[in-house]
Amino acid sequence: MLIASTHGYWNLPTLWFFLIVVLWVGYFVLEGFDFGVGMLLPFVGRNVPERGTLIRTIGPVWDGNEVWLLVAGGATFAAFPGWYATLFSGFYLALFLVLVGLIVRGVAIEYRNKHPEEHWRARWDLTLAVSSAVPALLWGVALADVVHGVPVNAHGDYTGNLLNLLGPYALFGGITSLLLFAFHGALFLTLRTTGELHERARATSVRLALPAAALVFGFLVWTYVNAASAHDKGLVPGIIPIAAICLPFVAGAFTRAGREGLAFASTAASIALITLTLFLNLYPRVIVSSTNNAFSPTIFTTSSSHYTLTAMSIVALVLTPLVLLYQTWTYWVFRARLGDLDAAEIRSPLDLLERSPLGRGRPDPGG
Amino acid sequence: MALDLARWQFAVTTLYHFLFVPVTIGTAWFLVGMQTAWYRTGDERWLRLTRFFGKLFLINFALGVVTGIVQEFQFGMNWSAYSRYVGDIFGAPLAIEGLAAFFIESTFLGLWIFGWDRLKPKVHLATIWLVAIGSTASAYFILAANSWMQHPVGYKINPVTHRAELTSIAQLFTNSTLVNAFAHTIAAALLTAAMLVLSVAAWHLRRGGEVPMFAPVARIALWATLAAGVATVLLGHAQGQLMTKQQPMKMAAAEALYTTEKGARFSLFDIGPWQKHPTKSLVSIAIPHGLSILADNSWDGTVEGINDIQRQYVQKYGPGDYEPIVGVTYWGFRIMAGLGFLAILIAIVGLWLARLPGRLERSSRFLRLAVAGVALPLVANLAGWLFTEMGRQPWIVQGLLLTKDAVSPNVGAWSVGLTLVGFTALYGILAFIEAKLMIGAAQAGPDPEGTYATDSAEPATIPALTY
Repeated sequence: MLIASTHGYWNLPTLWFFLIVVLWVGYFVLEGFDFGVGMLLPFVGRNVPERGTLIRTIGPVWDGNEVWLLVAGGATFAAFPGWYATLFSGFYLALFLVLVGLIVRGVAIEYRNKHPEEHWRARWDLTLAVSSAVPALLWGVALADVVHGVPVNAHGDYTGNLLNLLGPYALFGGITSLLLFAFHGALFLTLRTTGELHERARATSVRLALPAAALVFGFLVWTYVNAASAHDKGLVPGIIPIAAICLPFVAGAFTRAGREGLAFASTAASIALITLTLFLNLYPRVIVSSTNNAFSPTIFTTSSSHYTLTAMSIVALVLTPLVLLYQTWTYWVFRARLGDLDAAEIRSPLDLLERSPLGRGRPDPGG
Repeated sequence: MALDLARWQFAVTTLYHFLFVPVTIGTAWFLVGMQTAWYRTGDERWLRLTRFFGKLFLINFALGVVTGIVQEFQFGMNWSAYSRYVGDIFGAPLAIEGLAAFFIESTFLGLWIFGWDRLKPKVHLATIWLVAIGSTASAYFILAANSWMQHPVGYKINPVTHRAELTSIAQLFTNSTLVNAFAHTIAAALLTAAMLVLSVAAWHLRRGGEVPMFAPVARIALWATLAAGVATVLLGHAQGQLMTKQQPMKMAAAEALYTTEKGARFSLFDIGPWQKHPTKSLVSIAIPHGLSILADNSWDGTVEGINDIQRQYVQKYGPGDYEPIVGVTYWGFRIMAGLGFLAILIAIVGLWLARLPGRLERSSRFLRLAVAGVALPLVANLAGWLFTEMGRQPWIVQGLLLTKDAVSPNVGAWSVGLTLVGFTALYGILAFIEAKLMIGAAQAGPDPEGTYATDSAEPATIPALTY
């Protein structure tokens, strides 16, 4: 029925729908642990220099990770202008809060060490923790809303307000993403630190494993119940949500067994599969209208022309592998773990000067 | 009301973002030059300069990046009708900008900052080249999108959906408006960076700090200011001639030329009553025949006036007011061009002083002027942007879509107002912090001599730049 309604180029809107899913998966898996590291700063780092070391684990990569969001947004604009228009104008105030969070967060990471005073750094650390939690929560809320449905009229315009976005299911989705990203971030820290920081990151992972796994379980079951009660046929093969539910538990088991690489891979896979589950549940709609399901915009009603999709496909298929290649290389370059020593280490008195931009700070191990 | 607020929001967030963008693009190329010079000569001064200006670059870059996210979201949030209408065309360069430019820029910047002790010097040098290439490429893609709004090409209007659809991506990326705007913008970015470098060098020279290092840097910056300034003016002139053909109303408004004239004069300075259509001049200074020469290189060329173009547009597009706010367009153009010429003048004076050894370093008055000079390109950049966007009004896409029809129909004035206040307040605070950090880092100066043991072929002694 879907294929019939698409006049012969059904494959391109579908291809682009899944390319956008890939971009969101990339964004959530990568910036997910950035958010986690940010949120966990006050819990895993006991003092300002330690928190500096924790931020350093994401320092070289956070900006590249955030570009996944920009490309997801740009790709949605290019391939599905109607989707972009409905989503961004509809989730107006929620996106404003996300933007404020992302702006403040980026500035916190970049400006923290540009001034040597301890209270300057402590203040940015707290800012970073809060501004990481806000988008981590709101992305879950937004994605849950897109799938569960929000008031959208026949023109594809959102007709609700901010409160319509904060239903119980959406809030549950938000808390799930918050905890799952925190767990994911804690596991990232176990991979990137040594010594006492590593121990604390591990203990934090163990503590977060069960709550995160339970929330994922609850959220996906709720998603399933919603889909069933709305008589969504759905295209979701059961193996995907089931694996998504199991993986956080598996990650917990790996964490306790000291297999941190596998544990991190498990949360990454779980985030990917949860995202995939939600988008498959959505397909071929791009946002569900709770006003009337028939109003729900689809990939076919919102897509760009065949010409644009073709041109963009060529561009994407050439450039995306390159991006993956050099981003992977970056992680390889910065694979070395950072330890307690890195926080305190001052390689030379001149290194100290280098680390304090004003050149007159007191000894500053936080560099 | 929501429309006006959305326009204010776009103006505030875009102009603010554009404070940082030219600094990023231009300074990236200065870093390329400095680090390449260090790589080839092994002279430690170049390394110290690279790292010193690298710090300033990073402070500036952070705000450029975070305020760029708002730009990417804003079209959908405030301008959903626009997004639906042009997304088929406008979205493509935005997506490609992310894929082809932002990924390169951000990934290799991370490698550059943290890779000093992890990468071979040659590979590390390549990372800053890629940062500069990435940021320059991003300007190309975003100007492709903007140029399409100024001069739509390679499209057709779909008769069923009444939306614009792309018919040639090659035309989109070879738009004559784009080629001109890109060259002009990059030249202006280099001018901005040159004056930033000049300003910092002058500050230190005035205090007699690091003279052997900053004296040659000041000379290089002066030459760069002159070259980039002249290039910006000439490219801007070419752009103006193109604009006269493609957007005659914008040019007429830029000159406050109401009636079509042969051998039109170029108004240098004019103060009229503050209203949308000032009907009389209070003070006026003009160069006879100047505008005709500027517009089409001829003494007696005809330049169309606002009133005549308005009549043509009414015939073509139906009844309506097709005139931009003349005062903003007129003064936006003059501030941009005037400050550009002032920058060139500063470079000429500086180079005149620099012809005798030691003269420039002792000229306290000139150095003080050069320190303040950094404000010129920053204000000129904003004025130029304001001019080209305000001069296109009432169109959002020239000849195709009016700004009033482009705004999100379902976003209320309260929402737009709230976010406008929110962004403005946040941006204000960040500007304050950034200015403090930037001035602090610039005044602290480079690391002292011998900081990096570069002769030992041990890159491990060069620590990461920040964190």
